[in-house]
Amino acid sequence: MFIKLEPRGEASRSMSYLSPLLAGLLTLVSGGIFFAFLGHDPIEALRIFLIAPVEDLYGFGELCVKAAPIMLCAIGLAVAFKAQVWNIGAEGQLLMGGLLASAVALQLMDVESFWALPLVLLSGMLGGGLWGLLAAWLRTRFNANEILTTIMFNYIALYLLLYFVHGSFKDPDGYGFPASAMFGDSSLLPILLEDTRMHIGILFALLAVVVIWVMLSRSFIGFQIKVLGLDSNAAKLAGFKHKRLVAVVMIISGALAGLAGAGEVAGPIGQLIPSISPGYGYAAIIVAFLGRLHPVGIFFASMLMALIYLGGELAQIELNLPLAVTSLFQGMLLFYLLACDVFINFKIKFNRPQISATLENS
Amino acid sequence: MNRQVSATLSGQLRLQLKGITKQYPGCLANDKVDLEIGAGEIHALLGENGAGKSTLMKMIYGVTKPDAGEILWQGSVVEIKDPSMARKMGIGMVFQHFSLFETLTVTENIALALGDDAGDLQQLGRKISTVSKQYGMELNPDRHIHSLSVGERQRVEIVRCLVQDIKLLILDEPTSVLTPQEVETLFVTLRQLSADGCSILFISHKLKEVQALCHNATILRGGKVTGDCVPAEAGATKMAQLMVGSDTPISSNYPKATGTEVFLAVENLTNSSEDPFGTSLKKVNFSVRRGEILGIAGVAGNGQEELLAALSGEHLLDSSDPVKFSGRGVGLLDPRQRRELGLAFVPEERLGRGAVPEMSLVDNTLLTGFLQGLVNFGFINQGKTEQFSQKIIDDYKVKTPNNRTAAQSLSGGNLQKFIIGREILQNPQLLVAAHPTWGVDIGAATAIHKALIELRDKGAAILVVSEDIDELFLISDRLCAICDGEISPAKATLDTSIEEVGRWMTGVFEQIEPTAAQHVDEMLNTSSIN
Repeated sequence: MFIKLEPRGEASRSMSYLSPLLAGLLTLVSGGIFFAFLGHDPIEALRIFLIAPVEDLYGFGELCVKAAPIMLCAIGLAVAFKAQVWNIGAEGQLLMGGLLASAVALQLMDVESFWALPLVLLSGMLGGGLWGLLAAWLRTRFNANEILTTIMFNYIALYLLLYFVHGSFKDPDGYGFPASAMFGDSSLLPILLEDTRMHIGILFALLAVVVIWVMLSRSFIGFQIKVLGLDSNAAKLAGFKHKRLVAVVMIISGALAGLAGAGEVAGPIGQLIPSISPGYGYAAIIVAFLGRLHPVGIFFASMLMALIYLGGELAQIELNLPLAVTSLFQGMLLFYLLACDVFINFKIKFNRPQISATLENS
Repeated sequence: MNRQVSATLSGQLRLQLKGITKQYPGCLANDKVDLEIGAGEIHALLGENGAGKSTLMKMIYGVTKPDAGEILWQGSVVEIKDPSMARKMGIGMVFQHFSLFETLTVTENIALALGDDAGDLQQLGRKISTVSKQYGMELNPDRHIHSLSVGERQRVEIVRCLVQDIKLLILDEPTSVLTPQEVETLFVTLRQLSADGCSILFISHKLKEVQALCHNATILRGGKVTGDCVPAEAGATKMAQLMVGSDTPISSNYPKATGTEVFLAVENLTNSSEDPFGTSLKKVNFSVRRGEILGIAGVAGNGQEELLAALSGEHLLDSSDPVKFSGRGVGLLDPRQRRELGLAFVPEERLGRGAVPEMSLVDNTLLTGFLQGLVNFGFINQGKTEQFSQKIIDDYKVKTPNNRTAAQSLSGGNLQKFIIGREILQNPQLLVAAHPTWGVDIGAATAIHKALIELRDKGAAILVVSEDIDELFLISDRLCAICDGEISPAKATLDTSIEEVGRWMTGVFEQIEPTAAQHVDEMLNTSSIN
């Protein structure tokens, strides 16, 4: 081995907050170089990617439409990650939330009640929460690694959704297309700003951020979650119930992802379709870490991630780039964040063979 | 011993420190420290926590670099760049906080530390067995670290140094986890090493041991050398005063108490260990009365951890009867429910069980203090928690910049004072303390002992499990010992001797029948057992 990573001892606190910004900057520079190689003016391309999408009110509305599910998933994940429960299944929990919310919404097609929408949203939370609880139970009962189970549950959720959307939920008047009927008006999320698609889902997301912030910083359950994550032996000695806490964090993060799913089907989509999420649940993992698992950080990181989604779409239209550019930017962001973190926590050492040589002489 | 001194001092100096100075932000850790160690010399470095011993050792071991001064190794000036360079030079170090990977075996850990020099693992394993046997510290090279007790882990650390070609061995508080017999064996080992020409830098607070073992001593206080002496000739009191300054009380004798009614009763506790390398408890019987301290002596790894886990509630029993608080079976209650019944617990590991390393002292107050009205309707009462943490810091003289400091940045002694204070200020009916003064300096140890005695005199039942037999004789009212999961009958401290307890620790005692145990309790007790 010629290159070694050595721990730096005390990692700098300010650097650990700077690292996401640095990662963002490096992503921009790399993105610019990438655009230049594709024969575009990098400045103009970045402008189209990052500024053009939000130049008008409609664009801002779109930003909020995209940010809401990401923020909901990410703030939920942050709770689980704080407890060192590695929930990678926000995507599946989101899908199950969307599926159950749709199931309820399809039963309420002609109901003109105020309670229809809360019922739809609550079913979404229930669907996601139970899907998360299942992984928690497998972990505490059988010691099954939650990283693996939640990833696998993502696929199960996806195929369950496809099964229903191609089967019993399919709109009988839909000319055979795999999509449910459009939901009734009373089951749809109201629009916040006229002439945009911005719906009240963003308010739920902001509320969730504030509630989780209070929970983690002020409540005893939040304290127990943090202790469990930092030092499970201390949690055990203090009598904090490990199984219950794992279940709680998985229900919280599943329910919030489920709410995000319900918000999609009852929001901008308005029906159940095969693809209700362009990977929000996966993007949320990046967002949670980019935001340093802190509610404020997650708020800004969600906005950035939403912007990357919008920018990818616009780049597709204006620059004729494939949609994969979105994934590319997400990937770069995560890559640079992890790289920056490595350099904050470790220093690189190059093995110098002359040390041993001088020693032999002495 | 003096023969050896003269032999070595006439020889070459192995290590020489000249005017070593190290400045940390806001703290002058070492101020022009001079130190000389000859070949084969056993040199003691004495000082309280925070006196600068660790900093000095870290500089010798290449972990940090001095701001000023010179290090001379075998007569020539060297710059020790990093620990691996120090190891290559023949400097080995056993830290007070072990740096071992829990999930790896003894051999794998040692191989990691040796790096490229480790060679074939099987061969290394055999070498470890041989070396550990040769120095009377038997070790199974294939065991995983997580299954070893503190005492056994220390052996791994010492053996790690011994399998290398070593010229200077640095030991930080090495005896604190050993039995008197083990300490003697260690000393035989160290003298043997010394006779072979290996120099030893021995850091300890136990003046008796320094006097028994070391040729010379350097005493540090507040980063400065306050004196050099030959321990065998200088009085213990003089050395202690050099260490702590003249205003700190250093030793006390505590009056013994007999206690009143039984609070903790352990009856026929049989518990197979979850850990394949652990020790199962076999029909353990003992009781602790209100107003007395029961000490349990024993070599590490003889069932202490299992017993403590059964008492704290970390390991729930199959039935409630084997452990009783004031007559009520608690074997099925979890740690929190036991706390509600008056239990307080000081675990063996300060960082990582007693306190969450990254969390502030305020948060660590809440960790076990949450039953003291610090939580209202699920929300943390921040003000009250801060007040409580401040009270712990003030009452128990915890040296810390403030209560927002992370637990991990406190020295061992200060953190232990904090944890003991946190538990005692909850007014427990029963305090279970594991190794309460392990690796703690004299000043802090005295403070902790006083606190335990005060709590006892207020009528609490106290159980102390310790490997420090002197400590047990100092503070316990009754004593027993644990060996291979069995517990000896308890005797009043005044009626027993170190030799007898030492025999119990090796398993030489009559296993008492439960009926006999109850009989003994009844005889000792005038009041009835509820």
